[in-house]
Amino acid sequence: MSMNRDEVRKALIDCILAVAPEANFSEVRPDRPVRDQLDIDSFDFLTILQHLHEKIGVDVPESDYGKMITLDGSVDYLMRRVAKR
Amino acid sequence: MPSLGADMEDGTFTEWHAEPGQQVARGQVICVVETQKGAIDVEIWQAGTLAKLIASPGQKIPVGQVMALVATEGEDWKAIAATAAEAPPRGAARSERPMPASAPGPVPAAVAPGEMPVTVPATPGRAKISPAARRRAEELGIDLTAVKPSGTHAVISIADVELAARAAKPPDRQAAMRDAIAAAMSRSKREIPHYYLATGINAERAISWLEKRNEAVPIGERALFAALELKAVALALRETPELNGFYDAGGFRPGAGMHLGVAISLRGGGLVAPALHDVDRLSLADLMARLKELLRRARSGQLRSSEMSDPTITVTNLGDLGVETVFGVIYPPQVALVGLGRLQMKPWVTEGTIAPARVLQATLSADHRVSDGMRGSRFLAELDRLLQQPEILA
Repeated sequence: MSMNRDEVRKALIDCILAVAPEANFSEVRPDRPVRDQLDIDSFDFLTILQHLHEKIGVDVPESDYGKMITLDGSVDYLMRRVAKR
Repeated sequence: MPSLGADMEDGTFTEWHAEPGQQVARGQVICVVETQKGAIDVEIWQAGTLAKLIASPGQKIPVGQVMALVATEGEDWKAIAATAAEAPPRGAARSERPMPASAPGPVPAAVAPGEMPVTVPATPGRAKISPAARRRAEELGIDLTAVKPSGTHAVISIADVELAARAAKPPDRQAAMRDAIAAAMSRSKREIPHYYLATGINAERAISWLEKRNEAVPIGERALFAALELKAVALALRETPELNGFYDAGGFRPGAGMHLGVAISLRGGGLVAPALHDVDRLSLADLMARLKELLRRARSGQLRSSEMSDPTITVTNLGDLGVETVFGVIYPPQVALVGLGRLQMKPWVTEGTIAPARVLQATLSADHRVSDGMRGSRFLAELDRLLQQPEILA
């Protein structure tokens, strides 16, 4: 199953909303660190990655956490991983 | 009504999860109570058969007051229930044991069984009330035993019922939590002579070890550095037991285990610090599983009474969002708080060579009535030593 950029972005946002239901993505700067903007701690982050794994089958290793800093960067990274599935 | 925090005076009863005649096991959740820190599942700490449920929904109950009667092994619960219904409540209290709903050890307000006065009337509704007011009370779901007549004729009016309904409305959760934090922290700063220690710990070895471990397991079994830190804190406390326990009228009382209160900030504001029990005896995998479960329940408002009353020390962890160093305020009647800051990449000198390293600023706030800086330093040194040997934290 291939996914386009919008679908990947929506999947990521759904996973974030599952732990931070109050997040307002119209106010989130996509080029700034997303965790600081939404108060996502390391536990929330791990939960988001677990949801992502269930949803789109991408297992993000800890060594790639550095590629999941901003919303745009995360979508870029996930697109590459989805293409390689 | 158990004490579920240092400054809890009463709780509002929400609902029963058990019924008369039901056998209950120690630790079983039997009811829910609304406190300033949210709804708490209350566990019974004595096995037996529930004889009579006294508390009713919406009722505000002071700490230490009886909520239910329980028959212990060999006692006839029906006889107890019948006696309690006939006799005035004080007589009932003598014929069987009232139920303290929380563990007796660390709870400051716990009353010894048998000494607990029963003040909830067993036969409610003696005050006079107008029929219209009674109907209004039913509509609003108001417990009439809690309504006081305001007029000169000692008759409860519609206005009295409506006043009681407004008072019984659930208070603003955030404001209530802010009040609870304010009360506990004010008491702490008034009563506890704090001393503070801090040290930098090179966390490279522990982090590398954890990264290797996490690579080898599925995502659901990954452990956070925070879990490794908690394990190290619990093991380090074995060296300095005077940091783990309570200070009350009788002086210092050591904790019965390493029950770490984990400070958790809630989305939308506020803070709770429920206990993870016996952390020193958990494997890292079990500790991580329990930590996840605790965080999930804390954030969905489903904490248990033992988690609220049992912490023997608090650990506040700023994780990767906070600042480098945190000096905490001790949560009374505990005697110490461990602060773990955000990991920072820093130059670190090892055997004459400078290399970058992720450094953890660990702090200790401790009660000078119980321990001194030398012992506190011993704890932080032990924490450092353990984090240099992460294999033993597994």
